[in-house]
Amino acid sequence: MAQQGRHRFIRKFWVIVGKDLLLELRTKDTWVGMLAFVVMVIFLFAFAFGTDRSQVRQTFSGILWLAFLFAGILGVGRTYHHEMPEEALVGLMLAPGERTWIVVAKMSVAFCFMFGLELVASPLFFILLNQPWTGRWAAYLAALALGAWGFVGVGTLLSALAANVRSGEALLPLLLVPLEIPVLITAVEATRAILATPPGNPWGWLEGLLAYDVIFLALPLVLYDYLWEV
Amino acid sequence: MQHVQKRIGERWVLSDVSVVLGAGRALAVLGPNGAGKSTLLRVAAGLWSPSGGMVYRFGRRGTPDHTASDPRVGLVGHQSFLYPALTALENLMVYGRLYGLSRPKVKAEAALERFGLRWSANEPLKTFSRGMKQRLSLARAWLSDPELLLLDEPFSGLDLEGQELLTGWLAEHRRRGGAQLLITHSVEEALKVGDAVAILMRGRLVWWGSRDAADEDGLRVRYREWLSKGGIGSFASFGSS
Repeated sequence: MAQQGRHRFIRKFWVIVGKDLLLELRTKDTWVGMLAFVVMVIFLFAFAFGTDRSQVRQTFSGILWLAFLFAGILGVGRTYHHEMPEEALVGLMLAPGERTWIVVAKMSVAFCFMFGLELVASPLFFILLNQPWTGRWAAYLAALALGAWGFVGVGTLLSALAANVRSGEALLPLLLVPLEIPVLITAVEATRAILATPPGNPWGWLEGLLAYDVIFLALPLVLYDYLWEV
Repeated sequence: MQHVQKRIGERWVLSDVSVVLGAGRALAVLGPNGAGKSTLLRVAAGLWSPSGGMVYRFGRRGTPDHTASDPRVGLVGHQSFLYPALTALENLMVYGRLYGLSRPKVKAEAALERFGLRWSANEPLKTFSRGMKQRLSLARAWLSDPELLLLDEPFSGLDLEGQELLTGWLAEHRRRGGAQLLITHSVEEALKVGDAVAILMRGRLVWWGSRDAADEDGLRVRYREWLSKGGIGSFASFGSS
């Protein structure tokens, strides 16, 4: 019986993830927008800095995460976009399984979009900003993944709030950016240490990022129950 | 539901509402706009927790935090709970999978057939008319074969054929032991579906009786009397003649 119950919960998670990916495949209105924004930022900075590689070196990790932050806001802002017109969230809530799995599924899809964007956009940053790769792949991927997870944890929670209020889309960045400052600082510093010549020690920053991720993962799971009745 | 209360913000939307619904029975609740009818359904479905009182479903008390849902409860609301970008078939398959149905595609096709939408199975929901959306919403609820069916003005937007399909399904559902709680503005619909009829005014059940005890004209007069005593609906928007 317990086994059946567990399968039921896992099923709810996978069905929502599959449905969200199908909707994205059908509409292409989240990922394409995020990628277009990041590519635009890369080109703007590439033209602004010209061929001055040393100047870019100083600010590279900041530019990288600035682009990911704003592209991420575009992405998480649309987390519940497809649920809104016909109140499909009610249908998901009524379906068997704990409602927490809706949140976990939404966070996971948002993470896939954000991390996928980082993976695709990173080579473009290095190529177009004329930066040689000197870092460690494992540490760099860890920084990208932990940064993305920290971002979408709170992002999906605030997106649910913003979806239910008037002018929510304008409200989301105002609420989200201050809360993401610790994630951004640690992610930027970790990336800077990874890409430094000679390489610095990013692990302290990555551990800090992991700590924020745990908090930012727990926070939505605790608070979502109160959100359902908003 | 026993002595259920619900407060939203500073306003008590439901006050001391008690309803018992047995297997194979249907209760139709009439009430003007703002009477608390939709809130009653949301509390009954377990979407919202009551501010006071108890809600029992199938003899068991609803969980206090309402974090898990009961698959035996089906809800047809004002909105379809579906996705505009997905086709009718895809929408029903999503719900079939959510409810763990074996062969969800076959069941989804059967649901579309049942509600006369087979021909538009591969059309996206966003191209559907109001009536077609309502039919698909009924097909969604039919798919999970719920024991308790909660219906918020289910006849709205339906053409004559759609109304007959709905009436037929509801009668079959009751025959098989299902229970129904129907919300409506229409005395005619209330008497067509409900074994019993209740009037909800400003969050309180002010009158109830069996269908046998109330003919359409008598119920209409009684409803008007209650509206004149404090309902916020107007006579102009009342009933169908």
